[in-house]
Amino acid sequence: MTRAALADLKVVEFGAFAAGPHVGKHLADHGAEVIHVESRTRLDGFRTNYPPFARGRPDPEAAGMFAMTHNDKLGVTLNLKIEAGLELARRLVARADVVIENFTPGTLAELGLGYDRCAADNPGLVMLSTCNQGQTGPHAHQPGFGTHLTALSGFIHLTGWPDRDPSLLWGPYIDYIAVAYGVVAILAALDRRRRTGHGCHIDLSQYETGLQFMAPALLDYFATGRVMGRAGNRDPSAVPHGIFPCLGEERWVALSVHDDAEWDRLRQALDDPEWARDPDLATAAGRRAREDEIERRLGEWTSRRSREEVVRRLRAAGVHVAPVNDMADLEAEPQLALRRAWRPVHHPVIGTYQAVGPSYLLSETPAEIGRPAPLLGQHNREVFCGLLGLSEEEYMRKEREGAFE
Amino acid sequence: MTNEEAPLAPYRVLDLTTELGWLCGKILAELGADVVKVEPPGGEAGRGSPAWTAYNVGKRGITLDLTSSRGQERLRRLAEEADFLIESFPPGHLEALGLGWTALHRRNPRLIMTSITPYGQRGPLAQALASDLELMAASGAAWLAGDPDRPPVRISLPQAACWASAHAAAGTLIAHHHRQLTGQGQHVDVSAQASLLPALVHAPMFWQMLGQVPRRAGPMLVGRNVHGAALRNVWRCRDGYVTCALYGGAAGRRSNRALAEWMAERGMAPDSLREIDWERFSAVTADPAEIERIQAAIGAFLLTLSKREFAEEAIRRRILGYPVATVADIAADEQLAAREVWQELGGLRHPSGYARFDGQPARPARPAPGPGEHDDQLLAEGIPA
Repeated sequence: MTRAALADLKVVEFGAFAAGPHVGKHLADHGAEVIHVESRTRLDGFRTNYPPFARGRPDPEAAGMFAMTHNDKLGVTLNLKIEAGLELARRLVARADVVIENFTPGTLAELGLGYDRCAADNPGLVMLSTCNQGQTGPHAHQPGFGTHLTALSGFIHLTGWPDRDPSLLWGPYIDYIAVAYGVVAILAALDRRRRTGHGCHIDLSQYETGLQFMAPALLDYFATGRVMGRAGNRDPSAVPHGIFPCLGEERWVALSVHDDAEWDRLRQALDDPEWARDPDLATAAGRRAREDEIERRLGEWTSRRSREEVVRRLRAAGVHVAPVNDMADLEAEPQLALRRAWRPVHHPVIGTYQAVGPSYLLSETPAEIGRPAPLLGQHNREVFCGLLGLSEEEYMRKEREGAFE
Repeated sequence: MTNEEAPLAPYRVLDLTTELGWLCGKILAELGADVVKVEPPGGEAGRGSPAWTAYNVGKRGITLDLTSSRGQERLRRLAEEADFLIESFPPGHLEALGLGWTALHRRNPRLIMTSITPYGQRGPLAQALASDLELMAASGAAWLAGDPDRPPVRISLPQAACWASAHAAAGTLIAHHHRQLTGQGQHVDVSAQASLLPALVHAPMFWQMLGQVPRRAGPMLVGRNVHGAALRNVWRCRDGYVTCALYGGAAGRRSNRALAEWMAERGMAPDSLREIDWERFSAVTADPAEIERIQAAIGAFLLTLSKREFAEEAIRRRILGYPVATVADIAADEQLAAREVWQELGGLRHPSGYARFDGQPARPARPAPGPGEHDDQLLAEGIPA
């Protein structure tokens, strides 16, 4: 059996929702020991407020959002507001390489688990603090959900049709941008630690990571004063460039034409209809001038054919095309299946569900995903007795003191 | 941070990426790696576009003709001494030039090579053409966005390359961690399609757990109310849009009440709103007709406000919500100014420093290179010619 890429890493997570814990998921997928600390006194919103729940009944042990965020982690419960719980948290941190937290700024320090305090015992510690707008600045303490932060970062203004209200993206889009950057930041800091022995405190602003994905529109604004707006599915260079209906209910296909030769190929694939032979349409400028008409004609053609037929014909012709996959399509999509993008895990309450595998496949140390998200406090004994070495007597005393609430 | 203190300061990256992978090199460069961009003579396609400039800062640039045997041999020698090589050609392209993973790995067993493609190195779609639009469609991201009575939409600013690049950087550094402990290099195969799956958030779970296929709902948030009521999240205001919602949960109760009190102060809270017990109200369980009444009153109120007025009062009153920002709003944001996010590079202003390491931001150290700008410099440093 090969060594997992991150098998040597010990990670402790404090926090809830996605922005912190999903970082830990990437590390756990590659073999890091990730201990997720939660509390029964205030349950993770992903356990309580977000459908879907297995069988449709709200139940903190049957929550889909929590399940998809925490595969292959150890789950413990600690009440950090009492000394008995805090003391165990400190011992977990003292043996950790990495702490991940996504409380509002200052919360962890108020609990007595701030970076300075933790690093005093463990100078090599790398702590990632990820929050909406960063640990500093006038808006650092403004509360907010990722769905709304996605709007503050400019994405919502750019989603939808120019003649309509903006459209939402599905949930906290920006959280997962921050997650990828969080993984990168932790691994870079660990590399420096190998050279210097010093850990560090990483202050990651989810808002600012989102701006990295917005950078071209921001540069364009600073250079030209142009304020980008939403454009439906149109594109400034490719034309046509859109999503069109196919036979059946809610079956759609995306296609785009990036140069004049590709337009010729598309025209041939459409069986060279009279309207498309118009020499005015042979150039991008000509197609741009009549984009409404082209979109209408293409829609007429696609709507008489199955999505599969349209994709097959245009792909064979060398035209950019793809089905608009819905959630059921994705589960069966052969390319994702080949890459094991979905990894079945068996959960004692939910049953079998598909954890998301990484989009990056490592040739020598592939991700091993096999354990479901933990039940509340499922690994308390394993972690506190097994890893921290508490005796049975000490464990029972801590339990009586309410440490594991 | 000074260069020696930067987390990835000791490492060299050969960056052969096209548009799909530009951001990956930038991410490594802003962490201090010496990222050497390798372009064809005269420079690559797409040079000078806003995306090109945004995602090629921090790199040095050399030119190499990879179609010539001399250029191929030079790349092999460069790769012998490099720590990383990142590329985003179609699968098989580099193999055909004698520059594939097997060939390069043989000469440098420690090399980490990261290949970023639309669908991955192998499989039925490995050679399928896909631009941003097709990737947003094939990943399911487009399915979830847009108005119900019109086709699904992508985000108008291309996103798939950003997701692929950010995940590529993560996978590259996971492989690096393993290499630093074991000496073993490896090939990292990144799929842009798969990199977008996290952007679906929990939508796939509705299908897996309940057999439901979630649908796009425009400005409304669905799937948060047990009776199926849609909660409006994007609202018109006087000069654009703002985002906020009716909530459940403890933080949500506080926000709901604060918004209602603000409306009452302005004389815009109807009796039906003033009678609500906000300690008990939860958007998760509320009756759809009641939600509709409340949302009508909120809509009328928000129309009287500007984005800025809403933003300032939301902070003061601890209402959960923000403006729906345009790039102009972002450019004027006092939080970003206070965090010194804007960095001037090569006469252009860039958003920079998404994370601080003990207070030091990760930022690119130089503007994007001209074609072959550092050819002579690398030769002078003894980098193989």
